[in-house]
Amino acid sequence: MSKNPNIQFSRRAFMRTTGLAGGGMLIGFNLFQACKPQVKPPVDLSQLDYNDFNAFIKIADNGAVTIFSPNPEIGQGVKTSMPMIIAEELDVAWKDVYVEQGILDTENYTRQVAGGSQSIRFGWDALRQTGATAKQMLVNAAAARWGVEASDCTVSEGVITNTKTEETLGYGDVVNEASQLEIPEDVALKAPKDYKIIGTEQRNVDIDDIITGKPLYGLDYKEDGMVYAAVARPPAFGQKLVSFDDSEARAMPGVIDVIRFGDKVHKMAEENPRLSGMMGESEKVAVIAKTTWQALKAKEALQLEWEDGDLESTEDHDKILVDLLDGNEFRTMRSDGDVDKAFAGADKVLERTYESPFLPHNCLEPMNFFANVTDEKIHMVGPIQTPEGTANMAAGILGRTPEEVHLEMTRMGGGFGRRLYGDFALEAVEIADQIKKPVKVVFSREDDMNDGIYRMAIKYRIKAGIKDGEVVAYHLKEAAVNSNMYGLIPHFFPAGAIENYKVDVASYDSNITTGAWRAPYTNFLAYAEQSFFDELAELMDVDRVQLRLDLLKKVDAEADENIAYSPERMIDVVNKAVELSDWGNQPSNVYQGFVNYYCHNTHVAEVADVEIQNGEAVVKKITCVVDCGIVVNPLGALNQIEGGVIDGVGHSMYGELAFENGKPMATNFDTYRLIRMKEAPKVEVHMMQNEYSPTGLGEPTLPPAGGAIANAFKAATGNRLYKQPFAKYPELLKPKQQEIIG
Amino acid sequence: MPTYQIEVNGTTSSVDVSTDTPLLWVLRDHLDLVGTKYGCGIGQCGACTVHVDGTAMRSCALTLEQVQGKSIRTIEGLSENGDHPVQEAWKEVDVPQCGYCQAGQIMTAAAFLEQNPAPSEEEIKNAMHGNICRCATYNRIHRAVEKAAENMG
Ligand code: FES
Ligand code: FES
Repeated sequence: MSKNPNIQFSRRAFMRTTGLAGGGMLIGFNLFQACKPQVKPPVDLSQLDYNDFNAFIKIADNGAVTIFSPNPEIGQGVKTSMPMIIAEELDVAWKDVYVEQGILDTENYTRQVAGGSQSIRFGWDALRQTGATAKQMLVNAAAARWGVEASDCTVSEGVITNTKTEETLGYGDVVNEASQLEIPEDVALKAPKDYKIIGTEQRNVDIDDIITGKPLYGLDYKEDGMVYAAVARPPAFGQKLVSFDDSEARAMPGVIDVIRFGDKVHKMAEENPRLSGMMGESEKVAVIAKTTWQALKAKEALQLEWEDGDLESTEDHDKILVDLLDGNEFRTMRSDGDVDKAFAGADKVLERTYESPFLPHNCLEPMNFFANVTDEKIHMVGPIQTPEGTANMAAGILGRTPEEVHLEMTRMGGGFGRRLYGDFALEAVEIADQIKKPVKVVFSREDDMNDGIYRMAIKYRIKAGIKDGEVVAYHLKEAAVNSNMYGLIPHFFPAGAIENYKVDVASYDSNITTGAWRAPYTNFLAYAEQSFFDELAELMDVDRVQLRLDLLKKVDAEADENIAYSPERMIDVVNKAVELSDWGNQPSNVYQGFVNYYCHNTHVAEVADVEIQNGEAVVKKITCVVDCGIVVNPLGALNQIEGGVIDGVGHSMYGELAFENGKPMATNFDTYRLIRMKEAPKVEVHMMQNEYSPTGLGEPTLPPAGGAIANAFKAATGNRLYKQPFAKYPELLKPKQQEIIG
Repeated sequence: MPTYQIEVNGTTSSVDVSTDTPLLWVLRDHLDLVGTKYGCGIGQCGACTVHVDGTAMRSCALTLEQVQGKSIRTIEGLSENGDHPVQEAWKEVDVPQCGYCQAGQIMTAAAFLEQNPAPSEEEIKNAMHGNICRCATYNRIHRAVEKAAENMG
């Protein structure tokens, strides 16, 4: 086994061990922070809680390894890939590893967030060190028993060999002794070339339960005496509840109660303006019934009176955002050189504006949450990506302590950013507190789509100056509803490649709630910039890919600490995509579009192949090349990549939530179009092989897809697309009419 | 409220529900068969797909009146041990991401292959077009249906 001497931090502070009462060893560990000084894992598994540890590893005296983690699964496969990393360094066979999702008794759980596709990136070092440290303890125990040095022992798949005598001991044989040992410092990590589990294809650990319909999701959770709540919320953003008549609803079968609620959450939001964006402003009415259907039906029978405030429409937003772009009220997020001077001296200037609508998340499992509030505790169960924050807020609105909250995470029927926000969980808590019964709040699809926390509408205006055949100036302006791009984005490509470069942002405060949506900001920005590069290449009369390569070659990432992307890795990805997509060598009926993009620490290039069928451009295939460092589980990674690409194609083709007087104009999947089987292109994926630490996968393949198809559509039809969703402009998806002469 | 007898996965149960209650919610809330999922409630997503006398149907759009005397099969009853060829194929291809749509996808595919054991690419696409997968596992669904057809054939 080769050793990597670069140990960065000691595991000693981050993990603790105990012997289990029934035999075996339990290791509690934290990923990102030291354990509190006195804590120890329990000696009895029924006492597991996650106040002091992120996760536990149990090594039984038969050698079986069980990993207990409360980390939720939203479909990114981390529930499979994170244990794979531990198992690799622990050196056990994957088939001997079991994964169990634990309960979160929150307080101490940093990065307990299944968002940002970054879980693997942040856990990589800590998970490896935890596994390696546990292994070292087992080896030390075996060495002590044999009276040899630990260095005289080797390990393979849970079996320790004394190289002097060829004697062997299984982990199970020494686990009780190991649990009594000091936690060692300075353990060695494996070199990537020695990996046996990382890099192998492993199935989703929940696959059997999923394909047989086991109750895994929040919506499936039940408890004795549980009742259901359907909530009436304002039909339009900007409306507030005045009064309601529930006489008809109360007379309906199964209805237990009808209550007004929401004041507690609003009090908290007033004290903490940061939260108001996710809460809406109105109080609400909950119908409590014995079954889901009864609650949903009776809700429809409520007579509700709403008072109008500011009711906004898409038309207003369009005008406001364009005014912002035309104006001078910007916040500058990066500025190199002097763009204005460079534009003044340029030979040619290109300026384009790109526009996008609001998008709902549309997780296939609608929002829902269970709560039971008693004198002893606040019990919460459901799909949430931010358990700690949500538990704290729950305690906050009821004036209780976080220690009283007992929050269990279920598997999630999709996240895409929506389940970062705890609004639906707080509804459950507030209702449960009032009715003193265990209750589950269930959103209908309409509730889910119309009371969302949406991807905001955004417009970009990009201007570039060309002088002597070079791009000398680049100015990106963003006008967005509610909030602007986060601080890393202005340093993404082409930052560093163009001497005079500036990113300016402006926003408009709306009462429509907005938030993170898979690959925030870049989900639209990538399309805007990459469409623009194509037009720039046309104007400069250079090859579309060559323009990108020329720019990348100018970047000195070392010279600028803000630049996190690697031009070298990006160039490799671009070249690979050119090769695999057979760029430029397609038959005459295939039109291609190219994009390379960096976000979430991952470098991606995508090539879209478009054909004309029945007079209309159709996306047939996307070639996707990804550099995400070491790939822990290629089978899961491929799924993420394919899904991200098709999601990106789908939303740029069809996704749109317009508003009229505050009211969302789509309510369900009959009026909101999601991509389906026949529209889904074939995705061909290549993952670069290297030994860089793993980076995000759930998000970075989505942003480039919209740009790749827009560029291919232009090649196929002659039409440039400046607005999403593309399918809204069917005339632009048809080839331009040839001029008929004579 | 009227009492209905319904036969699900070979077992007959009687339930008291209002006449407008969709089969979906009877399965989920009354019979504890939560493998059948709610996605839209209006017949648009396919998450609630079950077999009624062998035909794939949307349980959110069926009342109990409409399934009287028919035999209903849900994902829980598709096979005894999760080893229906379609389930096996789903496992082999490792189709799911979040997994929420997959029971519906599997039920649609199983009924389809029963009727068309050797489908063309086009026929697979058409058959599966009604089932939304928000995680966009469409490439894998397609491959798994092909694989299931091979395994069954
Ligand atoms: S829930 Fe029945 S089709 Fe969507
Ligand atoms: S796997 Fe998530 S909706 Fe299909």
